[in-house]
Amino acid sequence: MSNTKDKSTNSFGTKVLQGNLLYTLISIAVGFIVGAILLQVAGISAGAAYGKLITGVFGKPKFIVWSIVYASPIILTGLSVAFSFQTGVFNIGAEGQYVVGTLAACVVGVFLKVPAIIHIPLCLIAAALAGGLWSMIVAVLKVKRGINEVLSFIMFNWIAYYLSNYAVNIPALHTDGNSEATKDIMDTAKMMITNESLQEVMGSGASYNILVAILAAVVIAFILNRTTLGYKLKAVGFNRHAAEYGGINSNREILTAMSISGALAGMGGACQLMGMGMRISQFSAQESFGFQGITVALIGSTNPIGCIFAGLFYGAMKYGGTKLSLVNAPSEIVNIIMGTIIFFIAISHVFKRLLLSRAGKKEAKGEGGTK
Amino acid sequence: MFLRNLGLLINATMTYTPPLLLAALGSCFSERSGVINIGIEGMMTIGAFVGASMALTCGNPWIAFLVGGLAGALFGLLHAIACVSCQADQTISGTAINFLAPGLAVFMSKAIYDGSSDTPAIDISMKLPKVFDGIFPVGSFWNNVLSNYSVAYLSLILVAVIWFVFYKTKFGMRLRAVGEAPEACDTLGINVYRIRYICVILSGFLSGLGGAYITLATVNQFRPIIVVGQGFMAIAAVIFGKFKPQGALLACLLFGFCNGVKVLATSSNAVSPNLISMIPYIVTILALVLFVGTARVPAANGKPFQKAK
Repeated sequence: MSNTKDKSTNSFGTKVLQGNLLYTLISIAVGFIVGAILLQVAGISAGAAYGKLITGVFGKPKFIVWSIVYASPIILTGLSVAFSFQTGVFNIGAEGQYVVGTLAACVVGVFLKVPAIIHIPLCLIAAALAGGLWSMIVAVLKVKRGINEVLSFIMFNWIAYYLSNYAVNIPALHTDGNSEATKDIMDTAKMMITNESLQEVMGSGASYNILVAILAAVVIAFILNRTTLGYKLKAVGFNRHAAEYGGINSNREILTAMSISGALAGMGGACQLMGMGMRISQFSAQESFGFQGITVALIGSTNPIGCIFAGLFYGAMKYGGTKLSLVNAPSEIVNIIMGTIIFFIAISHVFKRLLLSRAGKKEAKGEGGTK
Repeated sequence: MFLRNLGLLINATMTYTPPLLLAALGSCFSERSGVINIGIEGMMTIGAFVGASMALTCGNPWIAFLVGGLAGALFGLLHAIACVSCQADQTISGTAINFLAPGLAVFMSKAIYDGSSDTPAIDISMKLPKVFDGIFPVGSFWNNVLSNYSVAYLSLILVAVIWFVFYKTKFGMRLRAVGEAPEACDTLGINVYRIRYICVILSGFLSGLGGAYITLATVNQFRPIIVVGQGFMAIAAVIFGKFKPQGALLACLLFGFCNGVKVLATSSNAVSPNLISMIPYIVTILALVLFVGTARVPAANGKPFQKAK
């Protein structure tokens, strides 16, 4: 009896060592440690900064709601990147797709006069189409002309950036007020919780845009794991040549995957606009939702459901980060922590190999001892 | 009038090419040795900050310029540790550096300069010097054409030097071989790891120099968005230039010219500056679509190499 129990715990141990979660958690811990060291070096108490981060996120119910509202668009851009990773493409262009998605949702949200039940889906569809199309151009360039997608994605990010700034200044879209922004979207296009008793608990910023993100994650998980399309996409991602040998048209699958990936990022833009921003302001720097999506995809191990949790983590960090100035800590520490986490996830397979081989040796030793 | 405008355009091209060119030369080293480095953008940003900050502390632009390069090299080392020793996914490691380096730059700026994400402006005397300055009357054609930052000339000379290193030295031959067939090189007793380390660190160093040039010559201040994608444009230039230093030079001159046009046209206010700002990026894409055709990527580019035990 005891023998079998030993075996089961052992296999659980190796399972943990073989999975990604342990290494992700270690990377997150390392990220916070590096952040703490930097804060201390800069003469800022890491305890105070991290304390503020925690109370800033969990201190009140409405803080938690805000963190979730912050997380929703990042979950979607994270899904977008994760989905592209599954097909062996690196969607570093989620940033641009996000921006054109926001723009499309904004145009539909400002100019269309229809009831909310139609308006909100229309905005989301417009954003998805815009993002999908933006990404598809890059996909076509890759498939037809063999142009490295990482490069064209980045160029398209900047084109989208200036396109948005241009659009903000078009008189028809520009606000009547003084700020450098577009008009607000119609009330019917806003994804806000308007129930007063709910607002009392959750704060005035409460939005249900998280539902779109969760729904998208479930749909993507279904596509990847339960459909022929998902099987084909993953086959191409795993080994393009083998997939082609098996009769899969890998170029077509890459086009499909990149378009879907772009659509997800575009919807992320719509979620941000309709659940939080309400208008597009003139950019002075890239908003980085797309790049944050890369982090989310990596922390979530490119698993759609993992992306929800990773996105919530990032959303909380981002929202908590806005409060760091209260203790005179630069909010950039969040970027540094996140960068460190990605870096350690990138090299985590070294630790994995190390720990697995050590566990293997221990096991062999243990067996030798009982014999 | 035409001549004067031409002079201004050449001047603008010479002003906006060096950061791209330095970073592109760095990228040549890294890519030819088989390591994709998309962290160049971040390495330029940290170089830009450290350059500006050093100029403010020590007052000598050349020391600041070099230290800016070293800051980039430090992140090059980080990238090399991940990609060469740990066989990490090179794109992901580069992405991490694009988070880390700019984050650190702004973090340090806020820590040093009382919470401001911009550094104070650098005094004109602390900027990198121009050569042929004051020989021709101000505003004349030859003054515009020849009176450029010394680094502009330096970067042109560097292209020739690096061309020589690539094609006429043993090290150059090895670094190109390592990017094509690391296993074969390993069999022949070439230390693949060492060559890749040197190349990736060099790419960080040159990118850092490129970033430092921006703050020490063109902008004279560090701001968080100072690099605006130039690191990525440099990578585009390398692909456009078919992974050769001389090819990268031509591509960078084109992109530098576009940047120059952008700055000149923005100041004239005739067309929306936002539309003009798209030009360099659209030209990059068009250049890739129309001219590159089949750029032959180094065979081992992006593939981690693990020495057989």
